[in-house]
Amino acid sequence: MVQPLLQVENLLVRFGGILALNHVSFAVAEGSITALIGPNGAGKTTVFNCLTGFYRAHEGRILLREGEGARDLVRELGGFWGGTHRVARAGIARTFQNIRLFADMSVLENLLVAQHRQLNRNLISGFLQLASFRKAEAEAIDFAHFWLKTVGLEGSANQLAGALSYGNQRRLEIARSMCTRPRLICLDEPAAGLNPKETDQLAELIRALRSEHKVTVLVIEHDMSLVMGISEHIIVLNYGQVIAAADPQAIQHDPKVLAAYLGSEDQA
Amino acid sequence: MAKTRLIQRILAALGAGIIAFILVGPIMGLKIEGYDFVANWTSPLTLAAFVCIARLVLGYVPLDRIRHSHSDTAPRQTKRSPVQVAALGVLLVVLAASLPFFASKYWISVSIIALIYVLLGLGLNIVVGLAGLLDLGFVGFYAVGAYGYALGFKYFGLGFWGALPTGALMAGLFGAILGFPVLRMHGDYLAIVTLGFGEIIRLILNNWLDVTGGPNGLDAPPPTFFGWEFKRAATQGGVPFHEVFNLDYSPQVLDSFVYLVLLAAVVITIYAVMRLRRMPVGRAWEALREDEIACRSLGLNHVTIKLSAFMMGASIGGVAGVFFAAYQGFVSPVSFSFFESALVLAIVVLGGMGSLTGVVLSALFLTMMPEFLREFADYRILVFGFAMVLIMLWKPRGLVQMRRPYFGLRGN
Ligand SMILES: Nc1ncnc2c1ncn2[C@@H]1O[C@H](COP(=O)(O)OP(=O)(O)OP(=O)(O)O)[C@@H](O)[C@H]1O
Ligand SMILES: [Mg+2]
Repeated sequence: MVQPLLQVENLLVRFGGILALNHVSFAVAEGSITALIGPNGAGKTTVFNCLTGFYRAHEGRILLREGEGARDLVRELGGFWGGTHRVARAGIARTFQNIRLFADMSVLENLLVAQHRQLNRNLISGFLQLASFRKAEAEAIDFAHFWLKTVGLEGSANQLAGALSYGNQRRLEIARSMCTRPRLICLDEPAAGLNPKETDQLAELIRALRSEHKVTVLVIEHDMSLVMGISEHIIVLNYGQVIAAADPQAIQHDPKVLAAYLGSEDQA
Repeated sequence: MAKTRLIQRILAALGAGIIAFILVGPIMGLKIEGYDFVANWTSPLTLAAFVCIARLVLGYVPLDRIRHSHSDTAPRQTKRSPVQVAALGVLLVVLAASLPFFASKYWISVSIIALIYVLLGLGLNIVVGLAGLLDLGFVGFYAVGAYGYALGFKYFGLGFWGALPTGALMAGLFGAILGFPVLRMHGDYLAIVTLGFGEIIRLILNNWLDVTGGPNGLDAPPPTFFGWEFKRAATQGGVPFHEVFNLDYSPQVLDSFVYLVLLAAVVITIYAVMRLRRMPVGRAWEALREDEIACRSLGLNHVTIKLSAFMMGASIGGVAGVFFAAYQGFVSPVSFSFFESALVLAIVVLGGMGSLTGVVLSALFLTMMPEFLREFADYRILVFGFAMVLIMLWKPRGLVQMRRPYFGLRGN
């Protein structure tokens, strides 16, 4: 079996008394669209926060494949130079359940901030607008326009991000995380608050991310028709535990999953 | 309908008046004479009446509408070409540079102080306006620059030109020292710690008698120009400026010189900050102000970004301090009280956080205004506070709003 892009092993997170994640293990295959589902409060966002370095798991490993080997992202958080940004630089990007854009900056600036690391950050060349600075800036602007076009926001480059409609803000957030050139993108409820038409467009976009832009997608979503439509692998979380991990057909008929969503006699 | 609203307003006004009377009545109305209380109700009653009328008037001011009238800051393609903007800038600079040739010594010194505050405003604008870190101890860096010059001269014979970069560097270093412990703080906590930092610096300067001279302060030498001094008779071995150029001696030349160098520093700083807003560092500062969590998720190291903002702002404050010391010829701790921090913060907030034009204009306004209103000197702080309240009501984001840079389709 090929080594998966992301391998999560025995993740355990406590918040005071509650076990938010209880020995969670799963894998995300390279080039797949994998969905993470579960009832409210199951711990899905907590998994994302661990993957993207916002929470440090108390136990367990998060292995991101790197060449032949793998890098443990939990380790990236430790030490003097460690931190969330190191995890992001390892190639994981994310969006947030409650959108987090740079609201008072323009749409294009949002995408330029995401390319911070590709730009020429030397103060002198910036002050004097040396050729190397201008070249890096122009490339970043082109890349930003490319992503605006991909998500269908080409006309909004010079609008304020906070002034966009809700659906467009969600798309901009996806474009922004793609501008960091990630290997894995984690989308936290990207369809929340979208109308049916926008949800269809989103499904197209997520498919395109995988097939055209060669990025692996991990998505949290409550909209079941969207999840069943786009993903080839589904992980179900309930009370901080993985209760099922299979393809959509199998998940739809899994009694444990049905029980978790609908509640069953013996659980009540 | 209109009638009931009028009655409501009158009732609200009466209520406010009664509350005011209850609050101030015992304090203003009861006086102790000997062992007795003497009631004097006229002054609290006048005050209550005043509150009552003010409340009634306030009821007719459409506060909500004013508060929600944000002007649009979205980027626009400017009608003016870059050449025109540059020409306008050059014209303004030339005008400002010609001031010493016709203005009196008095107005030159007023302008020097105004420009020092412009510099301070520009420095704090980076920290508060761009990076969104509320810093109430900015005067600390100003003091580091000023004392850096005075102490450097006293102990190492440091001259003005050497003091400019060293002052900037030292203040930047202090910015980093302050930056490290406060990296995890936000908002109110950050404000309180920075406030303490500013006070600590002032207290050290005040109490470390052996080194800083304590409340007596220290002398700072006036600047020189290629080694030529602006004095009537040169100190040992020196050459006075007026002899080199065969001019009559005039004490105004020194001030004019300080003014011109300071103007150059201000122009360079304005250019630098304008560039910074279109550079990765400046954008990262603003992104940090907007959303720190999103920044981290994009791979930005919020620690270095915060530190760089603190250091950059502090160095500009340090340069302002060197100019202040050189111009005054003397530094003492009283010049670096909390009031200075508050004034600079007011400059940034009134001008419009982040907006360069706004900061420059409000710095000029707030430092020049007291000169025009000499007769009202006693009411200066009152007018000041009143202006702040009005601005906060009318334009909560400051007089001039920062407009985002516009990006064309290809490059620039
Ligand atoms: N920072 C935190 N401090 C304390 N408890 C937390 C924290 N974050 C999450 N939790 C708790 O952990 C549990 C899982 O929360 P999480 O946000 O991961 O759920 P979720 O599956 O994303 O739910 P939803 O579908 O509503 O977004 C909840 O009980 C929540 O209250
Ligand atoms: Mg969630």
